[in-house]
Amino acid sequence: MIELQDICRSFVVGDETVHALDHVTLDIAKGEYISIMGASGSGKSTLLNMLGLLDEPNSGSYQFQGKELTTLSEEKRAAFRRENIGFIFQSFHLIPRLTAAGNLELPLMLMGMSPAERRKRSTKVLADLGLSDRAHHLPKQLSGGQQQRVAIARAMILKPPMLLADEPTGNLDTHSGTEVVKILEALNVSGITLVVVTHDVALGRRAHRRIRMLDGKIVQDESSRSNESAT
Amino acid sequence: MRASDNLQFSGRALTAYPMRTGLILLAMSIGVASVIILTTLGEGARQYVVGQFQMLGSHLLFVLPGRTETTGGLPPLLGTSPRDLTIDDALALKRSRSVQYVSPNVTGAAPVSYGAREREVMVFGTNNELFDAVELKILKGQFLPEADPRDAVSISVLGETLAKELFGKKHPVGEWIRVGDHRFRVIGVLSSEGQSIGMDMKDVVIIPVASAQSLFNIPSLYRIIVKARSKEALDQAEKDVIKIIRARHDGDDDVTILRQDALLKTFDGILKTLTWAVAGVAAISLIVAGILIMNVMLVSVSQRKAEIGLLKALGAPTRQVMTLFLSEALMLSLAGGLIGLALGLFSAKMVTFWIADFPVQTPMWAIGAALLVTVVTGLVFGSIPARQAAKLNPVIALSGK
Repeated sequence: MIELQDICRSFVVGDETVHALDHVTLDIAKGEYISIMGASGSGKSTLLNMLGLLDEPNSGSYQFQGKELTTLSEEKRAAFRRENIGFIFQSFHLIPRLTAAGNLELPLMLMGMSPAERRKRSTKVLADLGLSDRAHHLPKQLSGGQQQRVAIARAMILKPPMLLADEPTGNLDTHSGTEVVKILEALNVSGITLVVVTHDVALGRRAHRRIRMLDGKIVQDESSRSNESAT
Repeated sequence: MRASDNLQFSGRALTAYPMRTGLILLAMSIGVASVIILTTLGEGARQYVVGQFQMLGSHLLFVLPGRTETTGGLPPLLGTSPRDLTIDDALALKRSRSVQYVSPNVTGAAPVSYGAREREVMVFGTNNELFDAVELKILKGQFLPEADPRDAVSISVLGETLAKELFGKKHPVGEWIRVGDHRFRVIGVLSSEGQSIGMDMKDVVIIPVASAQSLFNIPSLYRIIVKARSKEALDQAEKDVIKIIRARHDGDDDVTILRQDALLKTFDGILKTLTWAVAGVAAISLIVAGILIMNVMLVSVSQRKAEIGLLKALGAPTRQVMTLFLSEALMLSLAGGLIGLALGLFSAKMVTFWIADFPVQTPMWAIGAALLVTVVTGLVFGSIPARQAAKLNPVIALSGK
């Protein structure tokens, strides 16, 4: 589904150039469950942002289902993100003044869906998550686990084929973390491509394919199910 | 995104910070209210002055000796001095059918005394026709009787203030006063409701024009006030005056004629400009409010970076992010504008309450302009923060740095 070819991304920090991604080449098939691990500054978050089209490479090519994405305009990139990618963040990024239902409906609102239709969808999704009674609570009235579940529901409400999670359990206790991981894995089982960036070794090991990064390069890429690996 | 959703989203962003939003609304509404109040006062002053002029009846002509306008031809190198206006000139003007009243005037200042009390006041030499020409009112006694203006009779009419100051509670009619070296008998007192013609009619002595000429020892007139029969007759009256004077002055146009409607137009113009000027001053406060809006929106953008990053990650295009923040600025300025409008109109009404006979009329253009300026202010000063929000790099925005 995804082919990254020789992707480079560097930042200038002070008078030093940091190569966050250094000629990264990576193929991702549909339905894979991938973890990206590595020390801070190894470039794993940059890789995730690159996959999510939040960042632009300095060079290299990014093909999604055979379509080149690096040449798209900002408007088209936004549309691509809306249709194909769900983001999960460590700090949830729920809008504090909107209720759980309001946050959940945000992507639907941005695309111009009618309020009645939005309400119908969000009610159903909240019921599936077991959060029906929390629909009209503000984020600060929810527990961390509940907030992350709302955030996952928001990422999935437009049914994108790929989910990108940046430290999804980083701000959660073990119990809530496990719960969130279960939800993400259930989504992967139903066919969604899942990419998780994490520091948590235990979480990283659960993935079927494990990528380790160091200094902007992929240094290890192992799969427990098949022999496929990136070159 | 639907417009209603946009409004709701932006509205909620504003109500989430009630203190900040409230302060901006205050600044904006003070700006708009001051535009409304100042233009209302300016317009009121204009209407007041115009009204005062119109009460005089606007068909007066003021004939002054000499001509100050240059009409081409040879420059007056030889210094031909104009002929003076005389009482006979004034009487001759009565020949025009368009002229109703003619009042020859001589003015000067002289000490006026009664008993031990003395005051220096304006002395106004004229005839009985002034009374009707400028619609004076009499309080006690009578005005100058109809007589030949060439006769110097020792009678006088006092302004109300002067009569009070000279006579106190005593009845002045029939008493003798001294004006300069001459003695005059008081035959009447003017009501202070009488209208002015470029001087204070409350503090004045009116005597027959010939008496004034002998008092000040001058053979000529200061001016002639002519009242046309009607507004329509004004043009004809002006032509007749020029013709008659020219015939009497050996073919020279050596008088200047001021028309009251021209004076009125001048005053009207001056006060309109003044109203615009104060509106402009008040508009500065609107610009200050606009800068405040920009400031607060910039703070808001930097505080809500994560939110902007999220919107972008969720697939909101640049234009949509910009629209969201721009509509926040617009809502702020418009709400401030409407509150200011209400505040301004209310204050204008309060002015009527305190100053009863001041005409208070908020001009429609001021209301329209104030609202237009608020919208433009919101758009102009909101667009900079909105553009900044839209341009944010989503990666940096999401990291909240």
